[in-house]
Amino acid sequence: MQELSGPENSKEYNLRLYVAGQTPKSLQAFANLKQICEEHLQGRYQIEVIDLVENPQLAKGDQILAIPTLVRKLPEPLRKIIGDLSNTERVLVGLDLFPKSFDSA
Amino acid sequence: MGKNPQAAETLPKSPTGVKGFDEITLGGLPKGRPTLVTGGAGSGKTMFGMEFLVRGASDFGEPGVFVSFEETEKDLTANFLSLGFDLNRMQEEKQILLDHVHIDRSEIEETGEYNLEGLFVRLGYAIDSINAKRMVLDTLEALFSGFTNQFILRSEIRRLFLWLKERGISAVITAERGFSETGLTRHGLEEFVSDCVIVLDHRVKEQISTRRLRVVKYRGSTHGTNEYPFLMDEGGISVLPITSVGLDYEVSSERISSGIPRLDAMFGGEGFYRGSNILISGTAGTGKTSFAARFVQDACRHGEKCLYYAFEESSSQIIRNMRSIGIDLDPARKQGLLRFQTVRPTFYGLEMHLTTMHKEISEFKPTVVVVDPISNLITVGDPEEVKIALMRLVDMLKPSIITSLFTSLLQGGHHRMEMEPAASNSMVSSLIDTWMLLKEIESGGETNRILNIIKSRGMAHSNQLREYLLTDRGIELIDVYTGPAGVLTGTARTLQEARERAESERTEREIERKKREMEQMRAKTEARITELRARMAAEQEEMERVIREHEDRKRQALHDRMRMAHLRMADEGK
Repeated sequence: MQELSGPENSKEYNLRLYVAGQTPKSLQAFANLKQICEEHLQGRYQIEVIDLVENPQLAKGDQILAIPTLVRKLPEPLRKIIGDLSNTERVLVGLDLFPKSFDSA
Repeated sequence: MGKNPQAAETLPKSPTGVKGFDEITLGGLPKGRPTLVTGGAGSGKTMFGMEFLVRGASDFGEPGVFVSFEETEKDLTANFLSLGFDLNRMQEEKQILLDHVHIDRSEIEETGEYNLEGLFVRLGYAIDSINAKRMVLDTLEALFSGFTNQFILRSEIRRLFLWLKERGISAVITAERGFSETGLTRHGLEEFVSDCVIVLDHRVKEQISTRRLRVVKYRGSTHGTNEYPFLMDEGGISVLPITSVGLDYEVSSERISSGIPRLDAMFGGEGFYRGSNILISGTAGTGKTSFAARFVQDACRHGEKCLYYAFEESSSQIIRNMRSIGIDLDPARKQGLLRFQTVRPTFYGLEMHLTTMHKEISEFKPTVVVVDPISNLITVGDPEEVKIALMRLVDMLKPSIITSLFTSLLQGGHHRMEMEPAASNSMVSSLIDTWMLLKEIESGGETNRILNIIKSRGMAHSNQLREYLLTDRGIELIDVYTGPAGVLTGTARTLQEARERAESERTEREIERKKREMEQMRAKTEARITELRARMAAEQEEMERVIREHEDRKRQALHDRMRMAHLRMADEGK
């Protein structure tokens, strides 16, 4: 049973982007994320940007190792997407916006 | 144990506090640099790392962070509580910080370029929060299962080690042992850590497992290169340094009594040298344990602390048996001066025995150690191994001026006086200072016990074979009786003594008789002398009477002639 989740799915997306300082890579990741969300999740997403340089104690909570990391807090289950989010297809898979089977096909 | 101050100065080191390890490495791990600890599953990597932190925090005032990629904080705390480390308390006191880094591959999707700055931030935060000087990463290789991009990962790990070095953290990084012969670790972590590499090993030989540790590499420092056996138990890790002991230890010329005055007399009147080692070898039932027990009892009476390794009997059995010959070890044990360690030799390997002994000796600090019998260790190793083990044991005891007594069971018959069973012990001879041989000899339908001092270094000692008895008053050495056929023992000795006594009595009677005869003879002689004298006196008297009569007669004649002349009116003479 493959549960499809797509644009017709109306779940709220709660996303958290971990960065470490205003590096070009983190800025790029944020830009990429913004674009994907606008395209696929318009009106039903929230993005929270956490800078670990300012709040290092937060790295432990979500077990953040790689920077940048995008954490999908909602809908459950929790998912992590690392990297600068330049590979849109993989970001969509990571966010469960495409089924995995579609990706591998 | 031979510290080299020069080597310690060239490179600052952070002492681990792991027993024996700082001796091998002449001071500990490189300070402010990463060290790689590699080994198979269950080889003690985590334990080593944790002890490095705990000892560092409690003994050397260096707080530390333990970063675990495998076990959770809760598991770690529970596991190490059983080893005597109260990690909860140490965390509250900010001496230790446990940090579990969870990596779950299934949750992570990789989309483009990234770095591990998150991990750096996290480690940095942990270090700053307790002002840590030490860190353990256990095991960093878990990262390899969490990330697919090996290129990024390797460069980030390289950066991590540089970062640790820059921050001056003395770090221990653990890694799984590699499968190939050449690779020390599964993911080649050794290429990043070039300062110090330690390999832990867990080997099973003939069903007996031994843990070993080896310092493969230590840049800028000399170190012991051997494989060192080590022990993990409730007190943490103890490593037994083998080669760090030289032959340049101090010796004592003080003496320690064997507990048997007449035996002391055989050793120049004062007994053994303190800090020397004594081997008592003998066939079964010759009283080796009795000699050992007597020695221990006497030493304890003089306030010495004794550690007694019993490989054959339980401590209560020894105490009961020794009581039957008048040696009561119980008071010394109750006073805490005597401690028994009873363990089956096959319980663990030779190395482990040594390591355990080393640990117990450094804890209990005895002045006398007894190993009864050392020959039982042969059952867990071949003779050559036993010799090496014995050498290490001796090297361990001598520098601390611990007097040690080993007993050794000799195989073979007990009906001959030849030394050939001793030859089997000749391999240990060079290690032994004083060697006593106990034997049973058979003659006249009985066996008797004799002892013989084969050697005793540095003292004049008796070369006499001596018979001894195990009585209810202890061990008694009997007066020597040597006859034309050698030393006589047992009833043969008693018989010979009786025979001699009879002989001497007879001689005495003979002398008495002779004396009387002589007396009679003198009396006779004197009687005859008296008689002769009397006869002579009589003869003389007779002779004098004759002379007197003759004189009388002559005078009478003259008188008569003068009267006649007067009567004849002759002239008055011419």
